Amino acid sequence: MPEPLLRVDDLNVTFAGNPPVHAVRGVSYEVREKEFLGLVGESGSGKSVSSTAIMGLLPSSAKVSGSITFEGRELVGLGDRDFSRLRGQGLSMIFQDPLSALTPVYSIGDQITEVLHLHDKALSKQAARARAAELLTLVGIPNVQRNLNAFPHEFSGGMRQRAMIAIAIANNPRLIIADEPTTALDVTIQAQILELLQEAREVTGAAVLLITHDMGVVAGNADRVAVMYAGRIVEQAPVRELFAKPLMPYTIGLLRSMPSLSAPRSERLVPLEGRPPLLTQLPQGCPFAPRCPAAIPECREAEPPLFEIGGPTRRAACIRADEIDDGRLPGPTIYPRPETVEPEAAPLATATGNAIELHDVHKVYPLYSGSVMRRRVGSVRAVDGVSFEVRTGQTLGLVGESGCGKTTTIMEILELKGASEGTIKVADRDTATLGKAERRALREDIQVVFQDPMASLDPRMTVGDIIAEPLTVHDVPEAERRRRVSDVLDLVGLERSYAQRYPHEFSGGQRQRIGIARALVVEPKVVVLDEPVSALDVSVQAGVINLLEDLKARLGLSYLFVAHDLAVVRHIADQVAVMYLGRIVEYGPSEAVFSDPRHPYTVALLSAVPVPDPVVEANRHRVLLDGDLPSPADRITGCSFRTRCPLYKLVPPEKQEMCRTQDPQRRPVAGTSVACHHAEHIDLITAGEPVA
Amino acid sequence: MIGFIAKRLVNYVILAVIATGLGYLIASSTLHPISKFLGRNPPVNQDAIDAALDKMGVNPEVPVLVRLKDWAVNLVTHGSLGTSTGGRPVTEEIAARASTSLRLLLIGTLLGALIGVLIGVTGAVRQYRAFDRVSTYGSFVITATPTFVIAVVLMILATNLNKLVGHQVIQFTGEYTAGLQGGFWSHLGDRATHLLLPTIALVLTSAATYSRYQRSAMLDVLSADYIRTARSKGRTRGSAMIRHGVRVALIPMSTFFAYSFGLMLTGASVTELVFSWHGMGEYLLSSIHNNDINAATGTILFTAVLVLIAGTLADVLYAALDPRVRV
Amino acid sequence: MAVMGPETVDVAIEDDHLGSGGTVVHHGVVRRTLSAPQAWIGVIVIALVVVWAVVGPWLAKWDATTTDVFSFGVGPSRDHWFGTNDIGQDIYAQTLVGLRKSLVIGFIAGPGATLIAGVVGAVSGYVGGVWDKVIVWFIDLMLVLPAFYILVLLSPVFKKLSWVAMVVALAILSWMVMARVVRGQTMSIKERDFVKAARFMGVPGWTIIRRHILPNVASLLIIDATLGVGATILTESTLSYFGFGVQAPDVSLGTLLATGSASAVTRPWLFVFPAAILVVTVLATSLVGDALRDAVDPTSGANRA
Repeated sequence: MPEPLLRVDDLNVTFAGNPPVHAVRGVSYEVREKEFLGLVGESGSGKSVSSTAIMGLLPSSAKVSGSITFEGRELVGLGDRDFSRLRGQGLSMIFQDPLSALTPVYSIGDQITEVLHLHDKALSKQAARARAAELLTLVGIPNVQRNLNAFPHEFSGGMRQRAMIAIAIANNPRLIIADEPTTALDVTIQAQILELLQEAREVTGAAVLLITHDMGVVAGNADRVAVMYAGRIVEQAPVRELFAKPLMPYTIGLLRSMPSLSAPRSERLVPLEGRPPLLTQLPQGCPFAPRCPAAIPECREAEPPLFEIGGPTRRAACIRADEIDDGRLPGPTIYPRPETVEPEAAPLATATGNAIELHDVHKVYPLYSGSVMRRRVGSVRAVDGVSFEVRTGQTLGLVGESGCGKTTTIMEILELKGASEGTIKVADRDTATLGKAERRALREDIQVVFQDPMASLDPRMTVGDIIAEPLTVHDVPEAERRRRVSDVLDLVGLERSYAQRYPHEFSGGQRQRIGIARALVVEPKVVVLDEPVSALDVSVQAGVINLLEDLKARLGLSYLFVAHDLAVVRHIADQVAVMYLGRIVEYGPSEAVFSDPRHPYTVALLSAVPVPDPVVEANRHRVLLDGDLPSPADRITGCSFRTRCPLYKLVPPEKQEMCRTQDPQRRPVAGTSVACHHAEHIDLITAGEPVA
Repeated sequence: MIGFIAKRLVNYVILAVIATGLGYLIASSTLHPISKFLGRNPPVNQDAIDAALDKMGVNPEVPVLVRLKDWAVNLVTHGSLGTSTGGRPVTEEIAARASTSLRLLLIGTLLGALIGVLIGVTGAVRQYRAFDRVSTYGSFVITATPTFVIAVVLMILATNLNKLVGHQVIQFTGEYTAGLQGGFWSHLGDRATHLLLPTIALVLTSAATYSRYQRSAMLDVLSADYIRTARSKGRTRGSAMIRHGVRVALIPMSTFFAYSFGLMLTGASVTELVFSWHGMGEYLLSSIHNNDINAATGTILFTAVLVLIAGTLADVLYAALDPRVRV
Repeated sequence: MAVMGPETVDVAIEDDHLGSGGTVVHHGVVRRTLSAPQAWIGVIVIALVVVWAVVGPWLAKWDATTTDVFSFGVGPSRDHWFGTNDIGQDIYAQTLVGLRKSLVIGFIAGPGATLIAGVVGAVSGYVGGVWDKVIVWFIDLMLVLPAFYILVLLSPVFKKLSWVAMVVALAILSWMVMARVVRGQTMSIKERDFVKAARFMGVPGWTIIRRHILPNVASLLIIDATLGVGATILTESTLSYFGFGVQAPDVSLGTLLATGSASAVTRPWLFVFPAAILVVTVLATSLVGDALRDAVDPTSGANRA
């Protein structure tokens, strides 16, 4: 067995503090040459800390012990000067947030040539610039000469990450560490960047260590996977084996709780109860035991080491792993699928059968320019003719990437003041015609749940006050308010005593439940949910999604569910509307849109979503979009998608003419309503099997 | 970028104009030049009083807004700021004093800013070590001390030093010794010894304020992600902090410079007064004592113009440092 | 005199350029403040100073105006702890009188300015639109003219109306920078989801300001009020030193320093004692204010990795 490129042996990292935080507790793994290792974990698992430790970039308050060898050389305790010679050359790193990772005052070109000059003092300025230009082309950044002089704030998120990759591969490193490189990016951009990462790997011959929380990303890119929990590795395996038969109950639970585009739609998600432990309050024994349905008394006695199961390549930190392996304790037994809940209450009764209705709604923001005299130079058409219906008792999923206008759309609805153009109706009332008192009354019927549970709860108010706030608007007396708050806390599965506590004392999942409780306390009929699970850990999402479905059934609610996570939307929504640049490009029943998408954007979107199944991923036909989202201020004649459309490139020239001159309106095509001239020819780009 | 600066400049000009107008109005309501003529024995003839007041444009019989308009017209058409109670044109008096004030102000502020930035950056990079602790506590004490106290303390120390040495090494009353004989170098040396204490006083106060601010801005930057990126490219810790940190940390300093300029002006005026320099500070004080509306307004205009220049310079600096505004 | 510290101006600046103000964490603020040694020093010193200002006169036997004909211009002695001035008045007693006046001015004008800053800033930041533009522009106007100069111009009024007019003027001229900071913070809080949630619940505007915005800027205001006490004392003493603030026969630390500085070289005790008390008091407020600032904003100086 040749010596591995990187060997981490019993790595321990402790942060000073009161009390000190033992973030990495004895982690060991290897990365071989040219290998792609995926390190997966949720918040608090220690995955980022351990990889930052490899680069030696932890803050000085961190104590590192154990051994990290790179190409045979010990890195722990290596001095800054010596380490600096290695960084950017033998080892390089790509960080999560490209905006904050690039220095705002230096040009992109300068930041690339910097890494070249640092490791080759003799390099001339011209040679460095030429190489930088080469790198920009390699990573797919156009207009090279112009962009070498551009500043980070002028680039989009995707382009910045490409620039970061250019910096990372500049000196042909042997190991590239990528720390959540696509988490902050839209899903179609994520697909581009991951593809680029694979190309970079080929060009440089480097090994890649990818840190992520997304099992789908790992399934599609890694050779081997290591799963981390509470500061330790709890399972390690080649990628296909891990997904085919996970052996550690945490991994099993994680995989079963994720909504996946390839699993049957109607199945309930299997929730993983509880949340990852705080590293300062680790329980005795296996840290997963408190959440583990398969836990036996021995589990709480001592923390299990990584056992080898059936060979050196498979390891799991569970004393019952062999039972799981040979079938005595299969996964579905540990995590049985819950029953679907039958609807109990009747949904809102409206004459039209619609809880929310939008007709041709527009929202335009003016763009000003000029410094001395501000002139209006154009407009941003944030919402450009949107129509849809949320049927009573059903869920409409509104999907799209950043800048598509979905958030602006729901804000327009929630203001209850009508739109500047078009009609908005809530519970059959046209919101443009409401008087102040009527608006206040209508607010009892429509409530909102926001994305970030930390930001949506006032940190200075108690949970009880937060939940009761909507009731104060409707002049509900105090005693009744308290009663209703307790009732709704029961409803969302929280203790009544939580009403006296403050938001910061709770976990993300619990806070989101508080937000849901607040939305439900006035007994609304329609709830607008803006990315309600995006900010939560994967293992916690399933529980909240199930809760939302239960509540919908029990209370007869109608949901307008906005999200960018297609797997979640597919699972929860009855109808789906796909938005791009302020328009709805495809609209129809969830089943139809996901199994037989007709708009090229929908196709691209679906093909970009990583599926947590390596076999499916390996056989997928990826439809990638060109470039970035155009600036919303640009006026594109004809179809606004044509600048990136994969179908546009494949149709004959006379048909392209139509795309260039005529703005496609939505029309019914095979089960969905599509805004594309050539929807019938969609099979030109879906040559592979679309995701079922 | 030019547009950005131009827009701000226009704004400043408008503000300066209005501020000066306001100054005139306030001065006209609180100062009463007529008092000089009242209570005299024998009593002065009313016509003579009116004539004298009209000549200065400060007759309270005339409505104040009319007087303001006349004053403004006078300024625009003749470039004149009226006559002071001493009979001389205000512009002449200001011209004589302006360079005195400006000398002290410029040296004190610029040197103070430079030293303050250096101390702040060093303190941040070596946080909690000896240098940082000393400079932090030092600046705390200095900013808690009024400028005039620092000035007087310096004077006490200088006097004791002079006594110790037995001869007037450091002189501090006024800008120079009147009636000094000697060539160019001895005059220069004389001015230098007189300049020393006021400069030290002003530099101490401004450096203390700037260093605290710069330290904080630098600390913000040091925990930023791009410092880590710079290290991941192969820069040593120190090199990454300096090359990538300082440029960015200087950005908020330019805005702070604009906001704190008013404080610096005040400090400079106070210092001038304590050391008996014949500058604008003294002019303001005497204008109050003499109930001289024109002189007071002239001082306000002078101040407003200085603030305008300082603000514009700060904007230029900001745009030069931060590419994000150069859209 | 502006109560602007480095971090607080940052927030004000950011609102001009893509602002989102920093996160302000509130819990355990008191605990964290008191865990910094400088906070303890500051609090204790302020407490001592205030107590001394109140009970000090009873500890010595001379009052401020009686002349001791046997001790003209005498240095510190057992009889006169701080010495006497040229006409035999006890400096210790005079310092106490001046201290009391300065403390009163500081504790009224400082927090008074903060109050104005809080209301103006919050309204301007929340309401936005034309009102906001007007208020910001007005603040800029006030900042063009150094407050000191305006106060000097107004001093004849103080001569007529007494030092109370000066307290009012001090408060009116010191709120501007803090108001900008509060405005910036309000604007960023306004964009936070919990405010949006309240709006979409139908909570009226004034209630939102009262219930959500003000408590969340309260920490900033407390810091400003604390620092404002010291800053106001500094400004007042400078004004009084030049004869523009407190007028005879009223006494403040500034007026004492004015008379004392003339003979500071020959009879240093006339100057040093009042100066030391002044510096110590202002320093103590700075220490407390700074410790509060560190405790409120976990990303500020003291809490870095």
